[in-house]
Amino acid sequence: MTLKRKLEEKFFRVLSAFITLIIVFVLAHILWSIIDKGFSSLSWEIISQEPKGGFYLGGGGGILNAIAGSFYLAVCASILAFLVSLPVALFINIYLIKYQRLLIGIRFFLDVLWGIPSIVYGAFAFALMMVFELRSSLGAGILTVAALISPIMIRAMDEVLKTIPIGLQEASYAMGSTKTETAYKIFFRQALPGLATAILLAFGRGIGDAASVLFTAGYTDHIPRNLSDPTATLPLAIFFQLGSPIPEVQNRAYAAAIILTFIVLCISISARLLYRGKK
Amino acid sequence: MRSVIASTEQLSAETHLQVVPAVEVPVLSVRNLNVRSKNAQILKNINLKVPKNAITVLLGPSGCGKTTLLKCMNRLTDLYSELKVDGAIEIDGQDIFSEKHDITQLRQKMGLVMQRPFPLPMSIYGNIAYGLKLKGVRNKKILNEKVEKHLREVALWDEVKDRLKTSAQRLSIGQQQRLCLARGLAVEPEIILADEPTSALDPLSSRVIEEEFSRLKNDYTIILVTHILRQAKRLADYVVFMYYGEIVEYGSAKEIFENPKTDILKEYLKVGH
Repeated sequence: MTLKRKLEEKFFRVLSAFITLIIVFVLAHILWSIIDKGFSSLSWEIISQEPKGGFYLGGGGGILNAIAGSFYLAVCASILAFLVSLPVALFINIYLIKYQRLLIGIRFFLDVLWGIPSIVYGAFAFALMMVFELRSSLGAGILTVAALISPIMIRAMDEVLKTIPIGLQEASYAMGSTKTETAYKIFFRQALPGLATAILLAFGRGIGDAASVLFTAGYTDHIPRNLSDPTATLPLAIFFQLGSPIPEVQNRAYAAAIILTFIVLCISISARLLYRGKK
Repeated sequence: MRSVIASTEQLSAETHLQVVPAVEVPVLSVRNLNVRSKNAQILKNINLKVPKNAITVLLGPSGCGKTTLLKCMNRLTDLYSELKVDGAIEIDGQDIFSEKHDITQLRQKMGLVMQRPFPLPMSIYGNIAYGLKLKGVRNKKILNEKVEKHLREVALWDEVKDRLKTSAQRLSIGQQQRLCLARGLAVEPEIILADEPTSALDPLSSRVIEEEFSRLKNDYTIILVTHILRQAKRLADYVVFMYYGEIVEYGSAKEIFENPKTDILKEYLKVGH
């Protein structure tokens, strides 16, 4: 090997290692800072109670309203998005496989949708709600978040389905399957672990997003009882408390961040375990 | 209606008789088949009659259109938008390109074995039962019997009988290939289309598949694509020699191997292995 190639090899190895380290460090730092500031405020009370009077001024109570609200919202939005995304992802990979140029267009379009900031989804949904004279509610929040995470879910599923070899598709047709059977009996099963990952990716984005629910889901100190009630969410609970000048309230925002991070972590770990169990 | 079909069938059988070397009833016939892609003509004016209960080998160098011809036969070419297919392929007198016929039923008349096995993402049992279920067989007892029968048919039963419910993707590649053959046989096809079925296999597994084919020809019509000359010699009853998208020679194995007429075939037989 020439010296140049040796140096080149070494340079890029060091560069990659360095960048990896930075990313790990940043992640660790974020985790550490929320734990550092929030851990002392974490208590059973904060998880198990709705806010009491004067909560945002340092009074008693907890953020159960936001935990429950976020769960309702993210779970329902993920289910809704799944019902839309699976047929779309299967459709473009089974029926449109012949139309490669159209496929490129559709994928580009979905990527653009993925890239649109969530505040735009929120504002758009809010504008629609104004037209139909709807108030901010759990239902509106669910629809907005579902719209926000659908492109993510579709593209994540699409990437999984794309990796299925054409040979399996040929095998399925050769057995006499129709396209629908190929989609739901063969592709769906073959891609199942990847599809689960796609759902969780979208769920994680949904539960952590503040901007899309800012106008649409509202905020309340109570757990919503039906779809037309407004609902609190964890990201907004963090946002509102962090805006307070009172240090105690600020620390509770970090405690809420720990809870949110923990939920997302649990979801992804359990999904992985599920996936491994299946295999 | 049926008599009309029968008479046209006879007619076409007569007019194309010169293409067929001493063939009884052809089970599949190809007429004036042309396949074009964007830049090239992949198949040029293919005329072929495939005789029943025999192994017809499509022989030729890589890229000569053998696989494309095979894929035309059960219309897997539908999957590729860049391919323009015209001409006619008839199986039992039914034109497979006609919109009248249900393509899924036509495909079930042909079992496909590919270069690499692609087991369906389900259990070993599920792989065999899948095609049967598509045909509407729901009875557990019949399904069990058929699964056993067809696994025995490909000499896989003893190896897998204790783990029928485990994923088929865990089998070795040779076992997978036999499973793919068995699942093709389970739908009781008339024809087996095999596209270089041993190319991914070790010599022992290859031999098992080859022996299988020699046995199966009593009950099925087999169309085998291969570029391995020795395999063709071992298995073929009839040989179609293809080169650059055209059929160069077509005849019985004896004729082709002992008395080649064209230079290119002579060359292929000389250097091939």
